Amino acid sequence: MKPRMTRAGGIGVHTPLIDGFDKVTGRARYTADIAAPGALVGRILRSPHPHARILSIDTAAARALPGVQAVCTGEDTPVPFGVLPIAENEFPLARDKVRYRGDPVAAVAAVDEATAERALALIAVEYEVLPAYFTAKAARKAGAVAIHDDKPDNVLREVHAEFGDSAAGFAQADLVREQSFTFAEVNHAHMEPNATLAEYDMERDGVTLHTTTQVPYYVHLKVAACLQIQEAQVRVIKPFLGGGFGARTECLHFEIIAALLAHRARAAVRLLQTREETFLAHRGRPWTAVKMKIGLKRGGRITALALEATQAGGAYAGYGIITILYTGALMHGIYDIPAIKHDAWRVYTNLPPCGAQRGHGTVDTRAAFEALLTDMAAELGLDALAVRQKNLLPQIPYRTMYAQNVLSYGLPECLEKVKAASGWNERKHHMPKGRGLGLACSHFVSGTSTPKHWTGEPHATVQLRLDFDGGVTLFTGAADIGQGSNTMAAQCAAEVLDVALSRIRVVSSDSAVTPKDNGSYSSRVTFMVGRASIAAALELKALLVKAVAGRLKVVPEDIEVRDEIFFARDSEQAGLSWIEAVRAAMVDTGAVTVKGTYTCPIEFQGDKKIRGSAIGATMGFCYAAQVVEASVDELSGKVTAHKVWVAVDVGRALNPLAVEGQAQGGVWMGMGQALSEATEYDAGRMLHGNLLDYRVPTMAESPDIEVIIVESVDPNGPFGAKEASEGMLAGFLPALREAVQEAAGVACNSFPLSPDRIAELLDAKQAAAAKAARSAEEVR
Amino acid sequence: MENPEGGVVSKRVLSLNVNGRVHEIAAADGALLLDVLRDALALTGTKQGCDGGECGACTVLVDDRPRLACSTLAVQVEGRRIETVEGLARQGRLSAVQQAFHDKLGAQCGFCTPGMVMASEGLLRANPDPSVDEIKTALAGNLCRCTGYVKIVESVQAAAAAKGTR
Repeated sequence: MKPRMTRAGGIGVHTPLIDGFDKVTGRARYTADIAAPGALVGRILRSPHPHARILSIDTAAARALPGVQAVCTGEDTPVPFGVLPIAENEFPLARDKVRYRGDPVAAVAAVDEATAERALALIAVEYEVLPAYFTAKAARKAGAVAIHDDKPDNVLREVHAEFGDSAAGFAQADLVREQSFTFAEVNHAHMEPNATLAEYDMERDGVTLHTTTQVPYYVHLKVAACLQIQEAQVRVIKPFLGGGFGARTECLHFEIIAALLAHRARAAVRLLQTREETFLAHRGRPWTAVKMKIGLKRGGRITALALEATQAGGAYAGYGIITILYTGALMHGIYDIPAIKHDAWRVYTNLPPCGAQRGHGTVDTRAAFEALLTDMAAELGLDALAVRQKNLLPQIPYRTMYAQNVLSYGLPECLEKVKAASGWNERKHHMPKGRGLGLACSHFVSGTSTPKHWTGEPHATVQLRLDFDGGVTLFTGAADIGQGSNTMAAQCAAEVLDVALSRIRVVSSDSAVTPKDNGSYSSRVTFMVGRASIAAALELKALLVKAVAGRLKVVPEDIEVRDEIFFARDSEQAGLSWIEAVRAAMVDTGAVTVKGTYTCPIEFQGDKKIRGSAIGATMGFCYAAQVVEASVDELSGKVTAHKVWVAVDVGRALNPLAVEGQAQGGVWMGMGQALSEATEYDAGRMLHGNLLDYRVPTMAESPDIEVIIVESVDPNGPFGAKEASEGMLAGFLPALREAVQEAAGVACNSFPLSPDRIAELLDAKQAAAAKAARSAEEVR
Repeated sequence: MENPEGGVVSKRVLSLNVNGRVHEIAAADGALLLDVLRDALALTGTKQGCDGGECGACTVLVDDRPRLACSTLAVQVEGRRIETVEGLARQGRLSAVQQAFHDKLGAQCGFCTPGMVMASEGLLRANPDPSVDEIKTALAGNLCRCTGYVKIVESVQAAAAAKGTR
């Protein structure tokens, strides 16, 4: 379907968010803003030990305290939870053991904060402290105590896969290099702290949750399971949400705890998490070590790659199995590589659990690959950009060795565009002293096409309701987390119906009202919910056209619609206005409701013969190429990014304004990981639990990011669109590393490229130069 | 009222001028302006994004100057002119800063937006035509995790231009 690309609010036109007014006026209500007079205050008691057996918990004194309405412990939570049905090993409140400092042990609901705090202090817990492991190496050491009994070696998942013949590929190469890289653990640091308001539903003996989630449906399932009540006794509403970036793509402990407290107290409970507690819930990108090996022909063609990845995943499984599979899954689908070998280990540690963070699992291995490729190109005297052009996919459609289908591929154009915009050919190797340029490519899935719960339902469902006032109400379970999915869904429907965007009212993310949606993760929403929205709008349009055709006494095929007027082609008859058409359609039926769905076809869901290929299976990839200009202060080692040019293949930019914003945010989050962000623990005690010690870049250190939109028009995407917010993140890390190499002559293989690391490398370089000068002197 | 340490919290009636209206509020001596705005006045546009002074989401104007409501005692601003994001739009029309943040996508998730808008408003009142560096310096205490700040800088520039032509 081809959009007209001219009407305000239409597809392809810069369109402000439909809920933007609420955001700039302060009217937007986030979870903590929802009025709940008389709500109890919830508080969580957390483990002071990183690994310990719980011997006893005495809550008698807390229960006896006046004003305390509920006290819960692991005894109240016999059912474990987790985002993957095959790895549910977390309890809302710890039962036998605690596995990280901060693991929830007990919770209270009381009439006010002071009483709740006092009640926590009255709970006595007896622990038997166990040895704790804070690195993957320590956790895997022979004789280490198992963090989970079912994994005696503390390895949650090992992956060993080979596609093609990597040994033969390396044998054919003119240059083979292997390099190790490490990447610090990072966190989403979404601006809105975690929060849940749980209301008691007296009529059903159930709970209604208002909560900070990207996946209301998963929260719904887990709350029902852990409280051991029916799903019909639960209602989950996602109000405005202050970001997510993956942190909220699984049900988290505080949501279940709030629900439990409300259910036990038979009253509303407000459970607000501090920033520190929000950091403790973690779910960020794990610390990762990557050993990358590439074989290259003299001309620049890649013959093989082999990689080993190890992740320190924290105390619980969470998304871990998927995260570790992603370290290899997206080595495919961007370049033409004849052989790929992937070995990886996901390791439990006694730290807050990791999870999905923007670019889920793919970022660190992509960064390592791009960094080594650039180094090897330089060794062979080849240009970094030209080497990438030599390894592009040979033809489209293309099926990868991992069973992914590539039907649209804008990477070649991205490279051309970013080369021209950055002046790459003219400026690379000719930068002023202390400055450098770097380039890299990256990609990401447009939604994982295999849902985690195999229910046989469509992957997305959108309902439209049309009533007497001529307004179209769009119901979707999709969680708008700030990315603008409400606006996207409305734009898709408005484009099909050919109505003003303001005719569409979006109601989203309320399980009592909206159809189920799997949630906002893996950049699935634009592709799948967009397609469902189009399908629903086509259905509605057909009903309107049929009604108008009946009124005008012509066949529906003769009806045309333009700018809210329905008219018969080649006819002198006056057309019907939108509202007249609506009323015609409502005769004998009343309010019109229709539904549209979308399901990813089976051939896009991986290959059952390839273990793990459900991960990385997608309808299409977003591609990005970026150039980073940076400088290095030779004294302090401080790296500054000055400018980024990023070309992004998004299939079609449904809303170029939103695409630019998403791409800038994605690049910039990569910049944070590359420059300054890292979590830090001392014997498991979190040291970074605030926004000063966890160094999110401020505006003062953030460069201009110029976005160049490339539209490859995917044959399956909604109006050709693909993902637009994750694919550009990973490229920043290796591009910055290359810029630093040019600026300062040092190659840093540990991220972030913090001043201390760069200064150390500069010192080593200086010392080596001095030593070389001395030996040259001696020789003379 | 008791406090957690067992002592008694003293309260008194404060007269606070918020968004042009004077409110009489009984508040503890230690009450933060942020809590008074959100809890006593239901002005929840002002956000709490951190545990104190880290993120800028609670920025309000006090006598036209940006100030962190989470690090300000309500008693300190008695008799001063307090403005929150709710006070900017007049008669259903957005202020120039709000309009620019809307049009230019200076807000994505919107959680930092009230603080960003108020800090920008304070900047433009003091400096109607700021350079990019002046904008970045003025807003460096306001964190945003969605935008990469590019469209926020553009929003402030657009607001400055719109104010200049009014």
